[in-house]
Amino acid sequence: MSEKLAIRLPALVGLATALIALAIVAVFFWAPSDADQGLSQRIFYFHVPIALTGYACFGWGAWKALRLLWKDDPDADLESYVAIHQGVIFGSLTLITGSIWAKISWGVWWVWSDDQLVLFLVLFLFYCAYFMLRYSVDPGPQRANLSAVYALFGVVLIPVSFLAIRLSHSFIHPVVFTRNGAQMTGTMFATFCICLAAMLVLFITLYQLELAGKRLDSRIRELKELLS
Amino acid sequence: MRYLSDVAALARKDLLLELRAKETIPAMLLFVLSALTIFHFAIPRGSSDVAALGLLWVAIVFTSLLGLTRAFVPEREQGLMDALIMAPCDRSTIWLAKTLSVIAFLGVAEVVALPAFTLFFSGLNLKTVAAVVLADIGIASVGTLTGAMAVAGNARELIQPLLFLPLSIPVIVGGIGASATAGPKFLLFLALYDAVFVLLSWAAFDFVAAEA
Amino acid sequence: MVSARNLSKRYDTRRIFDKVDIDLDEGGFLLVTGPNGAGKTTLLRVLAGLAAPTSGELVLPVRGEIGYLGHEPLVYKQLTPRENLTLFGRLYRVPDREQRIKALLERFALWDVRDKAVATFSRGMQQRLGLGRVLLHEPKLLILDEPFNALDTAGAALLDEELATRSRRAVVVATHDPGRVEGLATERLAFT
Repeated sequence: MSEKLAIRLPALVGLATALIALAIVAVFFWAPSDADQGLSQRIFYFHVPIALTGYACFGWGAWKALRLLWKDDPDADLESYVAIHQGVIFGSLTLITGSIWAKISWGVWWVWSDDQLVLFLVLFLFYCAYFMLRYSVDPGPQRANLSAVYALFGVVLIPVSFLAIRLSHSFIHPVVFTRNGAQMTGTMFATFCICLAAMLVLFITLYQLELAGKRLDSRIRELKELLS
Repeated sequence: MRYLSDVAALARKDLLLELRAKETIPAMLLFVLSALTIFHFAIPRGSSDVAALGLLWVAIVFTSLLGLTRAFVPEREQGLMDALIMAPCDRSTIWLAKTLSVIAFLGVAEVVALPAFTLFFSGLNLKTVAAVVLADIGIASVGTLTGAMAVAGNARELIQPLLFLPLSIPVIVGGIGASATAGPKFLLFLALYDAVFVLLSWAAFDFVAAEA
Repeated sequence: MVSARNLSKRYDTRRIFDKVDIDLDEGGFLLVTGPNGAGKTTLLRVLAGLAAPTSGELVLPVRGEIGYLGHEPLVYKQLTPRENLTLFGRLYRVPDREQRIKALLERFALWDVRDKAVATFSRGMQQRLGLGRVLLHEPKLLILDEPFNALDTAGAALLDEELATRSRRAVVVATHDPGRVEGLATERLAFT
């Protein structure tokens, strides 16, 4: 492991912990209660930043996939995989927090009228298939290529699916619920920004940690191979 | 021109293989008829025509899956992808030829399935037929690419549906939308899907087919 | 024609072969020997452009000038010999396709069964057709992986003849039993 990373990782972990602590304080003690939904509306401050971070993970994974195919960057395969792995974790959290919010707002655990939630379900299915694909191929350049191509399909699927889900309201749901997220006050917006920053830094930290772990693991196996 | 003649040679091979083996098309025909029969019992009396149309789209996607799963079996069984990718032609010709043959198989299945649907359930408007044509293009393009991916792994055909179905959700939305609503909005959406995914699959096939 | 420097191939952390150097010119004959599982097939696939080396430099003829025959004959079993060769002849842009295919089928004693499905052939006949497929476009680099394994006596005699009359092409043969082609080799690579 490089000297630089050895210093950077603890710093990142520290920053992530501090930001999350700050976010929790801001959400529960600083942000005003929502007029309609009261205290429970505060899950919005976690749900939406987690979802946005999920998109960032998938986007980063696709960017690394493009680097692999286009520039033959040998590190990009692992980086793309780790980003998507984190994306699936954040995606699952989006589904869970979204489901809780639906229960609070509308009394049911699942609503097909929430576009973002439905999109994450589609993405969850898609990226689970990504893992199935990856584990069905032996490690090597072919696996890297297949994973990268599928990762690129994913990032194209996001806007296309979103459009499809939007359009589907015209024949599936005549009534559309709305969540009042747009009309945020200054304090609410600041809290939201802190939460988003906390989630993004958490992603970067987990990404670097997993990457370092995976690289260390393959280095050890390489050394073992040399010794035997 | 070279490109088109390579595609023609490869597509001719795919059609010839099907003509000899007579496996995929009969299976797809029987499957789609069985599915429509099952759907008759699955939707209770008094259900709307829209519900039946929804089932038509389910039948189309799953029938196509049957054909797509078989698409690369001749190449896989005998390692023939090696022989094809070593040829001095553009590798995307392999994908294009296979996609065209899948569209042809799907077309044959639908020529039987659509009249059967009007017979069993309800009439079809022209927009639904147009949507089926547009959907076939998207389904065959994406499915051929995921089919090539699936046969590269050890899980073989098992993961083809897993790879393909999430990508087919927008096609289903576009298809049912075109069948059930007025206006060209959903046909345009299907055309957009085709444009995006045909281009992407065409460009990506080179990386899927070969490691070097 | 083929030039490899420090060529290595690894799968994950497993080394298949390491730091291989190859120089092969027109008329050259590289004999790759070693027991089964030593990495001969992987090396040949890398030289055929079918697999990417993990590291090292490799210069090969362009795609379409290489002929590779592996363990499988790489022909469509549901098609006939003529349909197979016509397909590959078109893809490899073989000039005077019809005549060349006819000449090849006659030479390989497959003319009489030219319109029968390959699936009905014996293993030896199939491999003979596979050999015909790789020779059809007159490759500048001919790569053969254990070529005598599946060939019948007639096929093996044809291959002997073909290898003995090599002129402007380079040949790579991998085998665990080098006796038959020992005398032809100009370069050797032994895997352990």
